[in-house]
Amino acid sequence: MHIPDGYLSPQTCGVMYAASAPFWYMAARKLKKTLTSKTVPLLSIFSAFSFVIMMFNAPVPGGTTAHAIGGTLIAVLLGPWAAVMGVSAALFIQAIFFGDGGILAFGANAFNMAIVLPFVGYGVYYLIAGKADKESPRYWIGASIGAYVGINAAALCAAIEFGIQPLLFHTANGTPLYCPYGLSQAIPAMMLAHLLVAGVVEAVVTGGVLVFLKKSMPALLSDLRKEVHA
Amino acid sequence: MKNLKYLWIGLAILAILSPIGLMASGDAWGEWGAEAFKKMLGFVPAGLAKFSGIWKAPLADYSVPGAGDAIGYILSAFVGILLVALATWLIGRALSNRERKDAKG
Repeated sequence: MHIPDGYLSPQTCGVMYAASAPFWYMAARKLKKTLTSKTVPLLSIFSAFSFVIMMFNAPVPGGTTAHAIGGTLIAVLLGPWAAVMGVSAALFIQAIFFGDGGILAFGANAFNMAIVLPFVGYGVYYLIAGKADKESPRYWIGASIGAYVGINAAALCAAIEFGIQPLLFHTANGTPLYCPYGLSQAIPAMMLAHLLVAGVVEAVVTGGVLVFLKKSMPALLSDLRKEVHA
Repeated sequence: MKNLKYLWIGLAILAILSPIGLMASGDAWGEWGAEAFKKMLGFVPAGLAKFSGIWKAPLADYSVPGAGDAIGYILSAFVGILLVALATWLIGRALSNRERKDAKG
């Protein structure tokens, strides 16, 4: 879901930077109030987890690939604003050092994966789990379903950004200038990959990590909940 | 929260296992290189050709010059984990609330 440079027009890239900027500003303000010396190292660890989990490409029918992102996991553990910052940082490092996702497209990629994904994921998690105790199955099941919905919401945003390019940006004779595939191709392709593959991986990774933490490090989860929701 | 050591070990294990992610063939949808459009469409869209090479990443595609695919991918995973952890730690430390830190000891 890392849109490379050249697929989106510079205008689209500008709009997407403008859309992401207020969320980065709010994240900084919120985290200033909520981050503590205890949660900062965990934010580092789970942001790095998001980075590395994105390297595990899974095959998608039709010859493409897709991967988990881990944004909802960070949102459930550390709050959605921490996820905005953590996933944005992972995407930034991917773009600068590894050429995964464009520099011009960074605003769009952050909007999809670091903003839409964790907020939708956290919202669905919260609807299902509410303030449920971490011992309740609603905790990890809610997080898994949230993760599934969140990554699919992000994929839909990316598909729309791709798909509007040939409509809006073409030469006088209709030749596309940027992404040549319209909504009718981008939406089915992106949604197939994420509804069938990446969403399932994201749900399993999210639920799996939470169950693992609950079983092997219960104190860490309890501390974290106190710390984050204090 | 003394168990963080185990979480770091977990990240290192994931980095070592990362070449599993190379087994799936093909690119993600919409992440093809500009040249691929010659085959798919017969031409490269002009704007795409213009902007696709705007940035040359030092470890492009998670590969390390001189290293094989799998080794390069593992090294990239370690480099990336360290860079992301460092970036978030620096931002987090700059932002984290001193008063609350002190109040909680």
